[in-house]
Amino acid sequence: MDIWYLICDLIPLEMLRWDFMRNALLAILLMAPLFGILSTMIVTGKMSFFSDALGHSAFTGIAIGCICGVAAPTWVAVLFSLVFALLFSFVRSRSDQTADTLIGVFSSTAVALGIFMATLGGGSFTKYNKYLIGDILSVTPAEIGMLALVLLGVLAFWSIYSNRLTLTAIHPQLASSRGIPVGVSQTIFTATIAVVVTLSISSVGLLILNSLLVLPGAAARNVARNLKQYHLFSVGFALLSGISGLVVSYYWGTSAGASISLSLAILFASTFCFRKRRA
Amino acid sequence: MKLFFHGGGCGDSCCLRVQDLSVKIGNDTILHDVDLHVHCSQLVALIGPNGAGKSTFLKAVLGHVDHDGVIAFSSPGQRDRRPRIGYVPQSPTFDPGDPVSVADLFACCMSRRPAFLGLSKSMRKTVLECLERVHGEDLIDKRVGTLSGGELQRVLLALALEPLPNILILDEPLSGVDVEGMSVLMDMLDEIRKTYDLSILMTTHDFSMLERYADQVVLIDHTVLAQGTPQEVLTSEPFARTFHRKGGM
Repeated sequence: MDIWYLICDLIPLEMLRWDFMRNALLAILLMAPLFGILSTMIVTGKMSFFSDALGHSAFTGIAIGCICGVAAPTWVAVLFSLVFALLFSFVRSRSDQTADTLIGVFSSTAVALGIFMATLGGGSFTKYNKYLIGDILSVTPAEIGMLALVLLGVLAFWSIYSNRLTLTAIHPQLASSRGIPVGVSQTIFTATIAVVVTLSISSVGLLILNSLLVLPGAAARNVARNLKQYHLFSVGFALLSGISGLVVSYYWGTSAGASISLSLAILFASTFCFRKRRA
Repeated sequence: MKLFFHGGGCGDSCCLRVQDLSVKIGNDTILHDVDLHVHCSQLVALIGPNGAGKSTFLKAVLGHVDHDGVIAFSSPGQRDRRPRIGYVPQSPTFDPGDPVSVADLFACCMSRRPAFLGLSKSMRKTVLECLERVHGEDLIDKRVGTLSGGELQRVLLALALEPLPNILILDEPLSGVDVEGMSVLMDMLDEIRKTYDLSILMTTHDFSMLERYADQVVLIDHTVLAQGTPQEVLTSEPFARTFHRKGGM
C-alpha cells in the first residue's frame, strides 16, 4: 500500500490527498479487470439475472453467518453462495422450467430466508445494510488485498478455462461434440461467480457489484467484433466508469456506487448508438 | 454395448458396421434391430420422418447415448487405433450479437492459448488452412452469428475436418441452407470425400440431392425399412408408405 500511496503523492490531484480516495481508486483498478472479464462471460452465457440473484444470496449467507455467531461471516456467505449456485445448477439440469423462472424462485427464497434469519427474535435488519449498500469509499487495505487475490485467481482460471467456457456459452451442443463436459463447465463458472460475488460484496456493495458484472460486458457487446475486443472494451469500460464515477462522486458529493453505475449506463447508451457500425 | 474394430465381414472396405443396434430412452424404444454397413469413402444418407431416430442413431455411433448391439469401426492401416470421428451437429445457430469471430471459434476448439488474447500467427495460419478446405478463407474475421446457414455449415465442416477424421458425421447439414447453398455444400462434401478418402454419414430431409451425391441411402423409422442405392430406396414401397407418396420423388 505504501508504494501505491507514493504513486498517488506524485499525481497532482486534490482528491488523491485523501487515503479513502486512494484506497477506492486502487480498488477500482483491481475491480475493473476482475469484473470486466467476468462480465463478458455472464452476458454471453445469459447469466445477468443469475449474478444479481447471487448477490442477494451472498447477503443471506452473511446474515446466517452473523446469526450463528461465526467470527468471519464472509466465509459462511461463500459457503452458502456455493451451495446456492450448485443447487441451482442441479435443479436447472433436471427441470423443464426456464432459467429465469428458476432464478426467480431461488432468489426470492434466498432473500426471504436472509430476512427471516436476520429478524428472528425481533432482531434489527439495519445492521446488514452495509452489505447491501456497501461503499467503495470505505474499502480497507485488507479488503483491497482480498480483491487482488481474487483477481489473480480469476486470471489464472481464465487463462486455463476461458476457451471451454466460451464454447459452452455460445453453443453447448458444439462444445459437447468437441468433448467438453458442458454441465461441469457451467457449474464451474457458476461457482466461480458465486465465490467472487460473495468475497467482493462487503467491500464494494451490491449496487456496484451488479452493475460491474453486467454493464461492461453488455456495453462491449454492442461494439466488439471478436473476443479480444470484447474483453478489452469490457475491462476498459469498467475502468473508465470506475474512475469517472469516483471523480464525480468526490466533486459533486454523490454516492460513489451510484455514480459508477450511472457512468456505466451512459457508456451502454453511447455504445448502443454505435452498435450498427460493427461488421 | 460393444465397440470394437474388425477386419472381417465386408472386408477392408467396410469402415463402420452396425449390427442389432437398439437404443432405449426410459421406457421408449427409439431404435431397434438396426443393421448398417458404411464402406470406406462412401457417402451414406440416412432418411426418415421426424422422430424416426436418425439423430439418435448418430449419437449412438458417436458414443453419446447408451445402446445395445454392435458398433464396429475399421480403417485401413489403423485397425488398432480408435477411429477419429468428425461431427457437425444439427441446427447450429449462434446468437447474432455474440462478439465471437470464426477465428475465435477455431481458437476455442483447437488452441490452448486463451482466445481472448487474440490468435498467434501460427494459429491464424492453421485456421486459414482449415477454412481453405471449405473455400471459406474470407470468413475468418466474420462473427459467427452473422454467417448465413450455408457459410456456418462450411465453417463447422472445416472444424470437424481438423484433425482429419476417419469418418465424418453430419446431422441435417442441409437444414437452414438455401438451394444454391445446398449444391455448394454437397459439391464440397463430395470433393472432400474424394480428396481425403473419407466416409461420410449424414442425415437429411432433402431427397433432391440423394441421387447425385449419395452412394447409399438408408430409410429409418425406428428400424431400417430399406437400404440400397438412392434409386432403389426412393422407389421402394417402404419409402412410398413412409412419405405417403406413390413411387419415388
